[in-house]
Amino acid sequence: MASMARRRLAGKIATHLALVPFLVFALFPFYHMALTSLKQDRELYDRHAVPLLIRQAPTLEHYAKLLWDTPFFTWMKNSLLVTLLSTTLSLVIGTVAAYALARLKFFAVGSFGTAIFVTYLVPTSLLFLPLAQVVNWLGLADSKWALVVTYPTFLVPFCTWLLMGYFRTVPKEVEECALVDGATRIQALLRIVLPIAVPGLVCAALFAFTLSWNEFIYALTFTSSSEEITASVGITSELIRGDIYFWGSLMAGAVLGSVPIVILYVFFLDYYVSGLTAGALK
Amino acid sequence: MAVGNIAVTARLPLRVRVRELLDREQVLGPLFVTPALFLLVLLVAYPFCMALYFAVSNAFIGRPSHFVGLRNFVNLWQSDAFRQTFQNAFVFTGSAVALKLVLGISLAVLLNQQLWFKRAIRGAILLPWVIPTALSTLGWWWMFNSLYSVVNWTGIALGIMDPPGPNWLGQKYYAMTAVVTVNVWRGLPFFAITILAGLVSIPRELYEAAEADGAGPVARFWLITLPMLKPVLAIVVLFSTIFTFSDFNIVYVLTNGGPINSTHLFATLARQVGLETGRIGEGAAISLYLFPALMFVVWAQLSFVRRQVY
Repeated sequence: MASMARRRLAGKIATHLALVPFLVFALFPFYHMALTSLKQDRELYDRHAVPLLIRQAPTLEHYAKLLWDTPFFTWMKNSLLVTLLSTTLSLVIGTVAAYALARLKFFAVGSFGTAIFVTYLVPTSLLFLPLAQVVNWLGLADSKWALVVTYPTFLVPFCTWLLMGYFRTVPKEVEECALVDGATRIQALLRIVLPIAVPGLVCAALFAFTLSWNEFIYALTFTSSSEEITASVGITSELIRGDIYFWGSLMAGAVLGSVPIVILYVFFLDYYVSGLTAGALK
Repeated sequence: MAVGNIAVTARLPLRVRVRELLDREQVLGPLFVTPALFLLVLLVAYPFCMALYFAVSNAFIGRPSHFVGLRNFVNLWQSDAFRQTFQNAFVFTGSAVALKLVLGISLAVLLNQQLWFKRAIRGAILLPWVIPTALSTLGWWWMFNSLYSVVNWTGIALGIMDPPGPNWLGQKYYAMTAVVTVNVWRGLPFFAITILAGLVSIPRELYEAAEADGAGPVARFWLITLPMLKPVLAIVVLFSTIFTFSDFNIVYVLTNGGPINSTHLFATLARQVGLETGRIGEGAAISLYLFPALMFVVWAQLSFVRRQVY
């Protein structure tokens, strides 16, 4: 018995050891990024220094430079505005569409479901050129509002698809009871179905937030002036002047630009895990 | 009776009539999908038609365009940059998806064992997938820097590389290795976590029965795990194929297609041709090369998904 337990323990330790390379691969870039952002230039550009550690006193000068010498706050504000608005918009549109697809019988409901699924798979890099023209016609060229309008093109199919799965798991009988008691369809949706589907709504909101915060190609194409661009675009394009790279500030920007996502991630890790599989498999 | 009903309805106040109308599935259904439909027609279907038109026109930024037939496509095939891109797209997608699949299965099998810090480990593994790709790729850009590469420093310190080590982003094959590495880094969590969900749903009895029949761990993996995972693997590979094939962020930040187009993908070349040089027609034609891949994935997915949902 004792040898059995020992063998099991040895197996468990071996599993953890086998996971170490994967964990290093996943986490090292973040560690190195954070480390670089805290190093003094003297150490950063010393080719004989050990790049894996900070030997000299860490510094916040790169962060200070990023915050006070660049429009970083504006970029973050833009990102936040675009993300919050497009997420809210997509969540509302996606919720009603998903409810209709999951529960109501009407003309062409099946082909609409297929259309949603197809657009869910359309990559943003397929349509960004003509979409830039549409954005021009709408009078939104070089405006963050162009992003508020275009992000729902990938968020709505995603939310609809995800929520459809959740709505299907709400027992029909519960809703039918409410209808028999004289509630309208809309009341049943608001008071019965939505409260039961709250985990699904949280999941959809989280993913929509993450997807739009991380969006890059539309933001890069539709906006260009410093007052309108989002954090990702600002950090990748405005911090590089000619051939001179400010690596410290660049890494500080990459760290700070990821902070909102990291905060959500820490609090809602389980939703991310379940949403990831639901999105792909449902 | 019916006539009486209509008469009654007509006399009811407007609010009640609207309320009753909204309770009919034939009315509420279309009403609920209208916003989504409007959005998809205006901002997906319409731009798609425009892309088709652009691709057969000589559209140039700020100039009226004319129909030129297939000239854009002919021009593309005559350009070295495009032929190189076409090849890159398949090399990049093929190697990245294959690596993600093999590593993803291994990682999922490991994550499916009894672990001490299960939640923390899963959280760490998933992290590359949630952080903005453009920003994390900046980190990789710095890691592959020609003078201060931490990858090379570590390689030299471990005795694997001869100093000064490869110039990752400046040499053709190394640059492709670098963009594939970052794509694998960013996409691996999706594979691992999704495959893990598939692993968890395999009934334990199958393993117990196989063990009773004397099947070792390797045989159990090949005879039970892999066949049972097939549907999940198919879906994950299809998803990943379309999103790897159409990747933009990693290449744009890391190499911007260089050196000498050796890492350009359709999306990055389309941007360069369409926006930086202004030849929107040609750019749209390049983007459209993503479409057959998309169609294939949609077709394959629908044959799976239909079976599950509809």
